[in-house]
Amino acid sequence: MSAVIEGHHDDHHHGPAKGISRWLFTTNHKDIGSLYLWFSFIMLFIGGAMAMVIRAELFEPGSQIVSPEFYNQMVTNHGLIMVFGVIMPAFVGFANWLVPMQIGAPDMALPRLNNLSFWILPAAFGVLISTFFMEGGAPNFGWTFYAPLSTEYAPPTVTYFIFAVHIMGASSIMGSINVITTILNMRAPGMTLMKMPLFVWTWLITAYLLIAVMPVLAGAVTMMLMDIHFGTSFFKAGGGGDPVLFQHVFWFFGHPEVYIMILPAFGIVSHIIETFSRKPIFGYESMVYAIASIALLSFVVWAHHMFTVGMPIAGELFFMYSTMLIAIPTGVKVFNWLSTMFKGSLTFETPMLFAIAFVALFTIGGLSGIMLAIAPADFQYHDTYFVVAHFHYVLVPGALFSIIAGVYYWLPKWTGYMYDEFMGKTHFWLSFVSVNLTFFPMHFVGLAGMPRRIPDYAMQFADYNMIVSVGAFLFGLSQLLFLYVVLKAIFYGKKATGQVWEGAKGLEWTLDSPPAYHTFETPPNLESGEAKA
Amino acid sequence: MYLKKLILCLTALFLAPLSFSAWDDINMTPGVNAIAQEIFGLHMTIFWICVVIGTLVLGFMVFLIIKYRKKEGVEPADFDDNPKLELTWTILFALILVGMAIPATSTMIKAYDDEEGDINILITGHQWKWQYEYMEDEVSFFSNLTTSLDARNNIAPKTETYLLEVDEPLVIPVNKRVRFLITANDVIHSWWVPDFAVKQDAIPGFINTAWTFVDEPGVYRGQCTELCGVYHGYMPIVVKAVSDADYKDFIQGKRDMKAQQALLTEKLWETDELFAIGEEVYLKNCVACHQVNGAGIPPVFPALAGSEIVMNDKGRQVEILMEGVQGAAMQSYAEQLTEVEIAAVITYTRKAWGNDAGGDGEIVVPKEILDYKNNKL
Repeated sequence: MSAVIEGHHDDHHHGPAKGISRWLFTTNHKDIGSLYLWFSFIMLFIGGAMAMVIRAELFEPGSQIVSPEFYNQMVTNHGLIMVFGVIMPAFVGFANWLVPMQIGAPDMALPRLNNLSFWILPAAFGVLISTFFMEGGAPNFGWTFYAPLSTEYAPPTVTYFIFAVHIMGASSIMGSINVITTILNMRAPGMTLMKMPLFVWTWLITAYLLIAVMPVLAGAVTMMLMDIHFGTSFFKAGGGGDPVLFQHVFWFFGHPEVYIMILPAFGIVSHIIETFSRKPIFGYESMVYAIASIALLSFVVWAHHMFTVGMPIAGELFFMYSTMLIAIPTGVKVFNWLSTMFKGSLTFETPMLFAIAFVALFTIGGLSGIMLAIAPADFQYHDTYFVVAHFHYVLVPGALFSIIAGVYYWLPKWTGYMYDEFMGKTHFWLSFVSVNLTFFPMHFVGLAGMPRRIPDYAMQFADYNMIVSVGAFLFGLSQLLFLYVVLKAIFYGKKATGQVWEGAKGLEWTLDSPPAYHTFETPPNLESGEAKA
Repeated sequence: MYLKKLILCLTALFLAPLSFSAWDDINMTPGVNAIAQEIFGLHMTIFWICVVIGTLVLGFMVFLIIKYRKKEGVEPADFDDNPKLELTWTILFALILVGMAIPATSTMIKAYDDEEGDINILITGHQWKWQYEYMEDEVSFFSNLTTSLDARNNIAPKTETYLLEVDEPLVIPVNKRVRFLITANDVIHSWWVPDFAVKQDAIPGFINTAWTFVDEPGVYRGQCTELCGVYHGYMPIVVKAVSDADYKDFIQGKRDMKAQQALLTEKLWETDELFAIGEEVYLKNCVACHQVNGAGIPPVFPALAGSEIVMNDKGRQVEILMEGVQGAAMQSYAEQLTEVEIAAVITYTRKAWGNDAGGDGEIVVPKEILDYKNNKL
């Protein structure tokens, strides 16, 4: 017995397994992080292709390339894939790679759970995407799947959709349990909570949000399932049910969900801005409190998505005020980032460019968010392209730009190779111009009265829609360049140093690039000063 | 041609916000009544506050980017907080928000008002048309999109009112308080007329209220704003505000028509006559789902051509038309169409696409539909 244990002791520096089994059975946080990131990257192109179909259809008034039915399937699956298949898995990928390295832990706390939570995700999206090839077509009721359109009037594939959402939820919950357990139990000695890197903080709070709301989503889709197959009437007015109940339940999940998609972005951007300003982040404590208060507020603002359902005036006012409150911690964060840059020594490598664009364009998305919070004005904005412009500003130049920035920032650490700076900057400028070309005119068509989710539109919206489509095609193409830059770095990049960036601080930068397969097997000593968080 | 259009668009994009003539095309409509104008004013107030904040923040950012780029021999500062400053801007944000909340609250209270109207109209959303019922006058009709399939498929030219035109607009009198009671028959729709600043979800099982008061006669257009299925983009709203006298004429006209239709039901009908009317009704009401050739879009919208029910089960077909199909998109047409129209469209489907050859070929006359209705009563 003891001989076996002895044998393992000699096996300290074992690397990854060979071939496909490395990826299938891996319990290594770095491998799983890479799997999540590649999965998200692939889904970005699938969801992006759907966006291209949407913009091609809307290029000019009149029917263009797809039927209204297929258009609705595109709108629905574009939303579902981008939310659940791109942004969320990308952030989980970052968490896997970075949380253990930033807190000085050898791996995630629950490595086998980690493997499972990743591998059920491709299964979920396999189920979802397979509905395109089934009788009745893919889900066509919007990513918000309001009942009864998604129950009594849904295509038969809705059951597959419900199953897929359940699996995605299970994956997220397992991932969150893992993140929380890791952060609370595996920090290196001396790393108190208020010394944790901001990315770790944002993920700790995000993970709590996920655990709180994913079961609510699961409840919503389970009620749908019961209504569709087992004769209940949760959302069926004819049976004494309440279609508005669905929206309350959905948005009780849905609003925290939008912060799940932005909080880790705040963490990533904070690290990048401090590195390239060569100055510590301004107001670390207020950053932490701001993130926590955004998370808490996210539970009491959900019905601002529902100002037009016929709530009593007290409800309208309550949700208007609570929503406006969110502007305070968000404003604090923006000002903190600017103050970090203030009197710094700024350089503008690709990650910094994307991070600065994040702050600027997220601010625009935040300001349109304040406009949308004003309930009486929302009666004019609701369900128009103004809303589409708003949430794409916070999700594309918001969440997605932070992910791209994070990839450029940590890619040399992960792979050991530098990306091509010139190509990176080209990618940035193309993305920056085209993202604004795509989403800025949407504000105008929305205010002028174009409803969202329509496959064809009235003549007065024609000019701006054409601009939007051109911008969207350009943005889509630019992301192919991103893929090229990443692959080029991996295969032909110059060797990166451990430090990579002159101003980078944090435990992950004390490691080699790429880091060994297992790192921090003995925790770093933060007090001794040899490794400073 | 596209290139030319594109250059024009790009120029417009950058110049439009500057030139006030183009302002209207890219901004919210000021609306045609007091409450809409007040909401517009609120929108502009909040908008300019946001523009000022945005300009200051982005301007400051540009300043930072230029001023603090890395220079030889200049060391970065190393401060990392300033509690007083942080508290100051937190309070500043709160004050700005309070400044926004005060006018917003007052407008909200004015917009929310469910007092009875001089005229009360029940609006029901159906997949994919609106039904208007004048509660005091017992007049009811459906409002369908009239834009032709050819225009939608780019075969015929598109007009100014492309996708915003209907066969029967909602007619309301000016200078009267009109209250809308809004509900839906199948899925959730949303009734929006930007000029009135009225957007209210139409939800099955609920009756929401909204109201308007229009000063100027005119035609006001809007659209459904809640995804309600395949043809969500094809159920516009057209409201005609007319003088009180014209309004009375309109109501009287509707009542006369109802009386005439009752007479028609008793008339003796030729098959060809019914077939011709039926074809018209079919093209207007049925093609969206069942298609011109009767093939439908299975499995969601079943085919009529070659259907066992359409060919051989007249009784069941009448029942489907009158009651709709539970849990499917097929709705009841008992209220939407007259007895003549229902009989005609059934006759049409039983004769068209070779159905008469394959089935019993029996026709349905308006009297049978009337009998069906009466038996139910």
